[in-house]
Amino acid sequence: MVKALFIVAGLLLPVLGWAAADDNTYPNDEISIDWDDKVAMQRGARTFVNYCMSCHSAAYSRFNRVGKDLGISDEMVRENLIFTTDYNGHKTKVGELMKTTMTDEYAEQAFGTVPPDLSLIARSRGVNWIYNYLRGFYVDESRDGLGMNNGVFEDVGMPHVLVELQGYQVPKMKTRTDSNGKEHEVIVGFEIIKPGTMTKSEYDQTVHDLVAFLDYLAEPYKQTRRNVGTGVIIFLFVFLILTYLLKKEYWKDIH
Amino acid sequence: MTEKNSSNGLMGWIDARFPATKMWEEHLSKYYAPKNFNFWYFFGSLALLILVIQIVTGIFLTMHYKPDGDLAFTSVEYIMRDVDWGWLIRYLHSTGASAFFIVVYLHMFRGVMYGSYQKPRELIWLFGMFIFLALMAEAFMGYLLPWGQMSYWGAQVIISLFGAIPVIGDELTLWIRGDFVISDATLNRFFALHVIAVPLVLLLLVVMHILALHEVGSNNPEGIEIKKFKDENGIPLDGIPFHPYYSVKDMVGVVVFLILFSVVVFFMPEMGGYFLEHANFVPANQFKTPEHIAPVWYFTPFYAILRAIPDKLLGVIAMFGSIVMLFLLPWIDRGKVKSIRYRSTSFKWLLAMLVVSFVGLGYLGALPLSDTRTFFARVYSIGYFGFFIGLWWISKNENTKPVPERIQ
Repeated sequence: MVKALFIVAGLLLPVLGWAAADDNTYPNDEISIDWDDKVAMQRGARTFVNYCMSCHSAAYSRFNRVGKDLGISDEMVRENLIFTTDYNGHKTKVGELMKTTMTDEYAEQAFGTVPPDLSLIARSRGVNWIYNYLRGFYVDESRDGLGMNNGVFEDVGMPHVLVELQGYQVPKMKTRTDSNGKEHEVIVGFEIIKPGTMTKSEYDQTVHDLVAFLDYLAEPYKQTRRNVGTGVIIFLFVFLILTYLLKKEYWKDIH
Repeated sequence: MTEKNSSNGLMGWIDARFPATKMWEEHLSKYYAPKNFNFWYFFGSLALLILVIQIVTGIFLTMHYKPDGDLAFTSVEYIMRDVDWGWLIRYLHSTGASAFFIVVYLHMFRGVMYGSYQKPRELIWLFGMFIFLALMAEAFMGYLLPWGQMSYWGAQVIISLFGAIPVIGDELTLWIRGDFVISDATLNRFFALHVIAVPLVLLLLVVMHILALHEVGSNNPEGIEIKKFKDENGIPLDGIPFHPYYSVKDMVGVVVFLILFSVVVFFMPEMGGYFLEHANFVPANQFKTPEHIAPVWYFTPFYAILRAIPDKLLGVIAMFGSIVMLFLLPWIDRGKVKSIRYRSTSFKWLLAMLVVSFVGLGYLGALPLSDTRTFFARVYSIGYFGFFIGLWWISKNENTKPVPERIQ
């Protein structure tokens, strides 16, 4: 049987080998999110409400829940995170859902589509994708109106909202031949032609913090989940010892 | 009462009116199971445990879930965020679905390995196969309920398969959906079937599965009938009472299972996109087809068989055929020896081929199509069906080893 298992594993190998092979998007960096770094998430929240929430909602989340989870008082949340109003112009209340003020009709007119809700974007796209996407905007004169394109999301309809921070950049292209022998122009790097208010590393950090916040926003209970899980598993291991000893005691006279 | 012995006190009062003690003895304390159950025999009791987990968490989910095309997705996120411990209840349920299939596949593999479907246990196997079928229906309908993109388009693809049936196909798909596309009507009926109809059928089948098992007695890794040798009281010499021996042993299995289960629930509930698919965190949108539609992992082997065949109708037939083969297993296998331990080398090779093909198909079914993949899917499909044909062929005059009379 052991021999058969080895052969089985051998026959499956070619299948597993296909898992690699990625597409040609740039940038394609990976980041790690520290779930305990509340300060980074707070900075990310600030960027989110200032830049993203003009158009995007996070309608599954509440302002005061974000405040509670990230250690910001309701007072601070009201002053620093809430910039939206209701139809009568009254400031959104702290217990309300994080909805943008922009109406769907207006968004349809301005962008041709309603900007997606961002509550779960970190789970549907993944944190690396967002990190690269927000750093992947470049000048592309061929696109009417926007004048910008993106190395991760080609012909995206979203304007580069953070351009004043990052500055304008142009791509460095290279010709690459794929496995079918076809030639493709791919982006291999960027060059800043008009700097923004931030240096490259400052901008990367800002995007990183924003992504950390989005990651939190997609699963606000993530840290509770991990903490409870650790306790549950420790308990189960202790319980395992007891059940095993019980089993051994009962079975000692079975031969 | 004139009933004899032990019928005193409260238990006596109950026993005179309801066979409580009798049932306890028949199914637990005086149900004699072979003493040599190994690792593979944990999965039956684990499947029962998961069934209970699914029912209990399911009840709590229905308290907060809204089966409504406009509200379903939001209500699931509401459960995850605003309901106390809602995330835990939902992750237990979503992980439980996948765990159910892992455990059931291993349970079925055990049956094939030790010939547990062979005479006189054909009905146990058949009831089990109906459970598997009901489970697939249950999982499929349950997956539509979160109303994400993959829920929606996965259901679209699977339901459209019925359209391949000649003449009645289109009418049939319309009847299943209750609309021309998957819509609120579909969601509502799937909810009804998922929370009431299929669970009732499932419970009934589980009872029949266990009653049939306790009628003929359990098989074991040696494939020997323990009822052949009994002591003067009619107790099998190689049998031990299920309770307390296997109840305490299964508890160890349960705790080990719960540890692994907890690792997924608490640390990797998406399981890299296999248990909860990434695209399912986007609300269902009937105007936007996702780039790549893949069924959840437990359906992928059958989906890969479907795609391996160029003709849609033939593909559907092959896919259903792959499950029909499992139903027919007790009659396909013409052998007299049950356990792999005493069966021929050809049997071992066939079984290895089945495992490779099934895992390979499962892997391919989750990926987008390409020429190489289709080629391999065909090879594995042949391997899958080859097992059943090969088994029928070799089992007529199989070169088996002598089977011992008693368990050592």
